[in-house]
Amino acid sequence: MSDPKDIIYSINGPVITVRDSRTFSMQEMVYVGDARLTGEVIAVDGKATTIQVYESTTGLRPGEPVFSTGNPMSVTLGPGLLKNIFDGIERPLREIEALSGAFIRQGADVERLDAKRKWRTVVGICAGGKVRGGQIFARCQETPLIEHRCLVPPLIEEAEVIYAAPDGEYTVDDVIAKVRDKKGREGELKLAQRWPIRIPRPALRRLAIEMPLVTGQRIIDSVFPIAKGGAAAVPGGFGTGKTMTQHQLAKWCDADIIVYIGCGERGNEMTQVLEEFSELIDPSTGQLLTNRTILIANTSNMPVAAREASIYTGITLAEYYRDMGYHVAIMADSTSRWAEALREISGRLEEMPAEEGFPAYLPSRLSQFYERAGYMQTLCGADGSVSIIGAVSPQGSDFSEPVTQNTKRFVRCFWALDKSLAYARHYPAINWNNSYSEYVEELGSWYAKNVSGEFFKCRQEILTVMNEENKLMEIVKLIGSDVLPDDQKLIIEVARVVRIGFLQQNAYHKDDTYVPLEKQFKMMKTILYLYRKSKELIIQGRPFSEIVSTGIFDRVVKIKYDVPNDRLELFDAYYRDIDEALKGAKA
Amino acid sequence: MKNIQMMGLSSINGPLVALDGVPFVSFDEMVELSLADGGRRSGRVVQIEGGRAVVQVFEGTQGLSLVNTMTRFTGRPMELPVSYEMLGRVFDGAGRPIDGLGDIYADKKLDINGQPINPVSRVYPRDYIRTGISSIDALMTLIRGQKLPIFSGSGMSHDKLAVQIVRQSRLAEEAGQGFGVVFAAMGVKNDVADYFRRSFEEGGVLEKVVMFLNLSNDPITERIFTPRCALTAAEYLAFEHDMHILVVLTDMTSYSEALREFSSSKGEIPGRKGYPGYLYSDLASIYERAGIIKTSKGSVTQIPILTMPNDDITHPVPDLTGYITEGQIVLDRALDQNGIYPSIGILPSLSRLMKDGIGEGYTRADHSAAANQLFASYARVQDARSLASVIGEDELSPADRKYIFFGKMFEKHFVSQSFNENRDIERSLNLGWKLLSILPKEELDRVGSDMLELYYRPESAAEFKEA
Repeated sequence: MSDPKDIIYSINGPVITVRDSRTFSMQEMVYVGDARLTGEVIAVDGKATTIQVYESTTGLRPGEPVFSTGNPMSVTLGPGLLKNIFDGIERPLREIEALSGAFIRQGADVERLDAKRKWRTVVGICAGGKVRGGQIFARCQETPLIEHRCLVPPLIEEAEVIYAAPDGEYTVDDVIAKVRDKKGREGELKLAQRWPIRIPRPALRRLAIEMPLVTGQRIIDSVFPIAKGGAAAVPGGFGTGKTMTQHQLAKWCDADIIVYIGCGERGNEMTQVLEEFSELIDPSTGQLLTNRTILIANTSNMPVAAREASIYTGITLAEYYRDMGYHVAIMADSTSRWAEALREISGRLEEMPAEEGFPAYLPSRLSQFYERAGYMQTLCGADGSVSIIGAVSPQGSDFSEPVTQNTKRFVRCFWALDKSLAYARHYPAINWNNSYSEYVEELGSWYAKNVSGEFFKCRQEILTVMNEENKLMEIVKLIGSDVLPDDQKLIIEVARVVRIGFLQQNAYHKDDTYVPLEKQFKMMKTILYLYRKSKELIIQGRPFSEIVSTGIFDRVVKIKYDVPNDRLELFDAYYRDIDEALKGAKA
Repeated sequence: MKNIQMMGLSSINGPLVALDGVPFVSFDEMVELSLADGGRRSGRVVQIEGGRAVVQVFEGTQGLSLVNTMTRFTGRPMELPVSYEMLGRVFDGAGRPIDGLGDIYADKKLDINGQPINPVSRVYPRDYIRTGISSIDALMTLIRGQKLPIFSGSGMSHDKLAVQIVRQSRLAEEAGQGFGVVFAAMGVKNDVADYFRRSFEEGGVLEKVVMFLNLSNDPITERIFTPRCALTAAEYLAFEHDMHILVVLTDMTSYSEALREFSSSKGEIPGRKGYPGYLYSDLASIYERAGIIKTSKGSVTQIPILTMPNDDITHPVPDLTGYITEGQIVLDRALDQNGIYPSIGILPSLSRLMKDGIGEGYTRADHSAAANQLFASYARVQDARSLASVIGEDELSPADRKYIFFGKMFEKHFVSQSFNENRDIERSLNLGWKLLSILPKEELDRVGSDMLELYYRPESAAEFKEA
């Protein structure tokens, strides 16, 4: 309940305080001032209640009222989330545009979900039956791609259905069913429900990780794979292609739902995602990519507190779809901006800073976020997963800074972007020497079953070549490559083929932008075949210059463009060509 | 409730003064201070705690005492009077005319903090701006609505480059809508401001320029408003008069230093190198005010200039800027010392919006292939050079020697061009291919065979000779 004595006492940027109030609870959502700006309680003590405000506080005055809502900061979950674009506190940006034009005005309070739109709903329960939390009670087709499965709010334990509406067209606010729990309390089930953003949605149990998130990107799928339900970090200085990598994954990864969080990044980038995704077709379903995508845009010039919330908003939406039995992938671009928002608010609260001014609770906040990833058995008995791919923007490209270092502790997949690769326009600029994936072992049996038992053997051989090259380059940098013995020259040449022909991938080429696992495997095999055959010749004493002059290395480099994704039979010809070319070298 | 007046101050600390017992003051509102000697200052409320208000005084606090000052709270945030007549005028850092031509007749008054552009209302920028500078047009194409900063160091030719971009991009503009320049100087020397003014005059664009000058000896508190005033004017001209506005902001490092000074006098917890923790958000609130919106035909394109202290690109100001802007043009000290103008360091420079604004229908079909190959080959040149510095050029392999030669010719003929030279995109790309033809065909691994067929001409490269 609101108390008329709850008035603003002090204002400092996005942080305000209320004095001598006992109304508010921690993390409660409140409305601040006559303009009813959305805020959240972040500290309560006997003297003062501290509130962070999710909008610009310009024009706010001490003495204006603060309204309690009694609820924690929550999001509305229901049909209509997909294809939509929200700000950090789930306000639909298209509605805000309709309300206030091209610029976002203060205090624009709009419905989270379209309350007028009717959804053709199939109700799956009837009066007299029983429901429990997390169970599917109704279905509607949210987009041509995704069926929305409406879930009984997880906190209802077991209840009896006392009323169920017939199938028909309903809005998110219509009552679909009424239930009564064991204690006799009655509740209503609607298509939409609310859930606090800072509390993970419950699932039945965590399952073991065994499926990869297939992305069609060679350096990821073949070299540093990420699992469904896993977490990965993409750190890199500016211009190294973090956003580009995130876009590629959002476009091509085989998740059912994508939640893309633009957290403190550029406005134009979000516009680009919007435009591009409403034109691109998902290769596996033939449907537009927007049909499976939710965008959360809290650009760098939007209020900093909402940026802090945007990460939680995104993951809560993701968990909601996971609970329906979908595989969801979250792209968070960038978690450093989120950490900076924490730092900024912490600074305003005059908390004791730890490393580089970041608050001491940075690691625990990061772990709370990344631990919300996972492969779960949901309350409705289905399998669903949330995979997190977080971009990190280290200050000065220095990976030893606190956000990168702490993130590294909580993710099992680390794709380190490299400035010098980016300078040479080698994209994706993922450095194969600094990156790692801890999922390789767990995914082994899946790859063996679905692609080939040799897959990870090939991967290891490719990595060995790259490792050798790395060592040799130390020497080459000092004395040039001419003085190396022929077998080492061969390694350097093969490594070049791997680098340019395999690891580098062209996002703008129609075939190369997404490469099926089968082709990735065949490419590795072909390169390794070439390596083995040439090595045999070198051992027989053939000069390296003769082998390289056949031009076969360059032909293998161009495989990525020359073999279309749907004509993998062309690979057979390469083995013949390699044999023949190397025979020619003998003559 | 408006126009509360208070006599006296409670404390003075650097540019900040505090007043107690202020009844009804709002965050960010403007105040006017009158001194006993008739002098006037202006300021802004930066913090409120109960009845205590902290006010930042723009012109500095010299001469203020606890008793001689009358403070008036205006009840409004800082606003800039705007009108089409601003073109051709000169203002100080806080938006007051200083060219002696009197106040402008305001069409309306706008809050200088602006409001964030809704991402769904933006139009993704795709139209390229022809700057006539080969390295920019071909390798880091400037797109209308983009924010592309110039990272420079003291003593390098960033001002000259900015002027050349403004002059030449205007020529490509002849047909169609209005074109204008908003120029904001923050903490630059008098000479530099004068250089810009003269150059605009010589280029015949002065009547199309709005200037906001906060010179190095002007109060630093005003410096924090200078880019905001400039961008408010730019947004007004672009979005209400459908003009294409190019905003030149120089120098963002001085701006950030002003912000740091102001932050520390407020007693805030410092982040890296003493800059406030919110430097990123603050810079973003400036840089993000570039773009195109659906409801207007105009655009705001930004070219912020910043000098990297000690040429260090990892310094917080260039670092955070690079994370916000859509690419960067980095000037290179070594090229500059070799007498190459513009001394654009090709490898660290980048335009993020380039990929969607080039190619068939925009520039030329081979643009992206040529650019990629030039970047890749020039990156190899650096490897060859570092090897040559160890073992000597004579010991290099023939391929590496070719690269060294390519690098020299590339810098001499492609990167370097004169201040008055305006190359069109055809010429720049053809020149690029000609240079690539110096290298053996098999080294060009970033381009498809069809492109090589069309453009790879080893005989054309014969004209490049070692001087």
